[in-house]
Amino acid sequence: MSDVVATPRAKGEFARFVDRFLEDRVAVFGLGLITLIVLLAVFAPLIAPQNPYDLAKVDIMDSRQPPGSKSMDGFTMWLGSDGVGRDLWSGILYGLRISLMVGLLSGLIAATIGLCIGLIAAYFGGRIENVIMRIVDLQLSLPSVLVALILVALLGKGVDKIIIALIVVQWAYYARTVRGSALVERRKEYVEAARSLGLSHTRTMLKHILPNCLAPVIVIATVQTAHAISLEATLSFLGVGLPQTEPSLGVLISNGFQYMLSGKYWISFFPGVALLLTIVGINLVGDRLRDVLNPRLEK
Amino acid sequence: MSASELVRVEGVSKRFTKSLDLAAKIANRFGAKNREVTVHAVDQVDLSISDGEVVALVGESGCGKSTLGRVVAGIHDASAGKVFWKGEDVSTHSDAARKDFVLGAQMIFQDPMSSLNPRIRAGEIVGEAARVHGMTDKAGQRDYVSSLFKRVGLDPDYVRRYPHQFSGGQRARIGIARALAVNPKLLICDESVAALDVSIQAQVLNLFMDLREDLGLAYLFISHDLGVVRHISDRILIMYLGRVIESGPTRAIFEDPIHPYTKALLDNVPKLEAKKRSFATIKGEIPSPINPPPGCHFHPRCPVAGPRCSREKPKETIVAGGRMAACHLLDGGVV
Ligand SMILES: Nc1ncnc2c1ncn2[C@@H]1O[C@H](COP(=O)(O)OP(=O)(O)O)[C@@H](O)[C@H]1O
Ligand code: SF4
Ligand SMILES: [Mg+2]
Repeated sequence: MSDVVATPRAKGEFARFVDRFLEDRVAVFGLGLITLIVLLAVFAPLIAPQNPYDLAKVDIMDSRQPPGSKSMDGFTMWLGSDGVGRDLWSGILYGLRISLMVGLLSGLIAATIGLCIGLIAAYFGGRIENVIMRIVDLQLSLPSVLVALILVALLGKGVDKIIIALIVVQWAYYARTVRGSALVERRKEYVEAARSLGLSHTRTMLKHILPNCLAPVIVIATVQTAHAISLEATLSFLGVGLPQTEPSLGVLISNGFQYMLSGKYWISFFPGVALLLTIVGINLVGDRLRDVLNPRLEK
Repeated sequence: MSASELVRVEGVSKRFTKSLDLAAKIANRFGAKNREVTVHAVDQVDLSISDGEVVALVGESGCGKSTLGRVVAGIHDASAGKVFWKGEDVSTHSDAARKDFVLGAQMIFQDPMSSLNPRIRAGEIVGEAARVHGMTDKAGQRDYVSSLFKRVGLDPDYVRRYPHQFSGGQRARIGIARALAVNPKLLICDESVAALDVSIQAQVLNLFMDLREDLGLAYLFISHDLGVVRHISDRILIMYLGRVIESGPTRAIFEDPIHPYTKALLDNVPKLEAKKRSFATIKGEIPSPINPPPGCHFHPRCPVAGPRCSREKPKETIVAGGRMAACHLLDGGVV
């Protein structure tokens, strides 16, 4: 009946992608690291020996104890305690929750906005594209720390405010990346076919073009999430990010910094290590994704 | 308009302009001479196709065949000229009439890979538009798609496969099923078999002819190869650099070509068709549509050209037997 018998590939696209990803040991290590970190953050309330924000549980007598000390409650504070007597390990677990949440949420929203804007630019072209890409260029030409600093200075402190600031500094990367690949896809004949079949612009963009543009987006999403987490930490460290009531890793580092010179290094040091491991883990995975998905990346 | 006329284009032109980007504009301020480049891909073409008729559009690569096909399919809007669908100017169409035109004229593309979305399953590629336009619904889509698969010679069990899991010939069939799903009256086949092996080409051409018989479809059959269209087309249009330079019934064109370019093309169609052919044997290079030669576009390569040919654009001359040719030889000579 038909000319040649189809030869389905032995494995699906996704399975081959996973295989290639796992070929690289360093990347597997990175993936293991962030998996562990995410699990720790998610299950923090079950793992942490103490709820560091329940004032009834925290004893001022425990403050600034070095790593390995026993708390007044009798558990060992392996990483020591901070200036008000909170167990540092517990503080880090809870801090990870906030840092990851801020990074992921801002990344998700920025990606959604950037994807839509980049798609629209590539799809409609002409004046719309020119205007959008001028704005994107402008946004990308400004240093993100500076933009974020100015925004939080204007908006004030708070989780929502910092998420808004992080969205503003991130969306343009997504818009530029998606536009790049959508421009290529847009010229393919399946898009003309969709038009010829009377499918709407929205359907053509979202169902037909977008899924073919996602590979490079996944790569920059990892880079951007790491970037957002460290940016939030920077802002919080500078005292303009999250308030003391939302103690992210950046806030913990900032809180401990005053004790640095008096030799109580651990109060800043361990949250710093946690931040570093998180960012390194994400970037290792991102690098491998970049190799495997092999998009032409500008950043 | 004749009673059965399906689509007609009158004086249609399509220009592509590559406008200057910001860098080029700034460079111009400093004395650079960047100019906007305009390609006259299609230059004042007339064409009509009746119900059930097979019209072939033949010419060398880059002469504007695909562009004209896309205008006829409603994918491109013409830069100038008019397109009529069932006798009605499409620029004055109501939404419903526009939809009838867009769905009624379906394109079968050249590249069976890039014309199928790699991330959508074959069944959805074929059934999506029919569902969106209410020709079937979610529950009925399966049967709808199955019958289309059978119609084009595909196994309906393959609906859940992705395009890369099919052979080239099968992909071409998916493209055909996708077009048939919206009940078209006209298929515009843009080199639809050129990418396939010769044996599979014949099968797909046979499928086109079966569909013509069963569904009464009309075709605009685009090819760079006169040999391919010889046995399937009722009428042939020969294009050269954006213009139609000769048209007429297939038999007449093959037996008694008028235009020197058509003659040259026919000299290149081997009597025994086998291997792939090109036009490399017509002397001279294909001139660029960005900067076409003045007068008759063909004059740098024409063996019988005279001084008038580089000065004056030849008129389209009607010849007995429903034929047309644009050459000064028919209209007062070349001197
Ligand atoms: N979308 C486009 N933008 C700019 N130029 C185009 C576009 N499509 C076609 N062209 C130009 O128009 C001319 C005719 O192209 P085409 O219609 O594809 O010819 P053919 O199908 O006969 O090979 C070519 O010079 C081509 O470069
Ligand atoms: S008009 Fe002149 S150059 Fe053109 S085809 Fe006729 S003879 Fe040749
Ligand atoms: Mg073409």
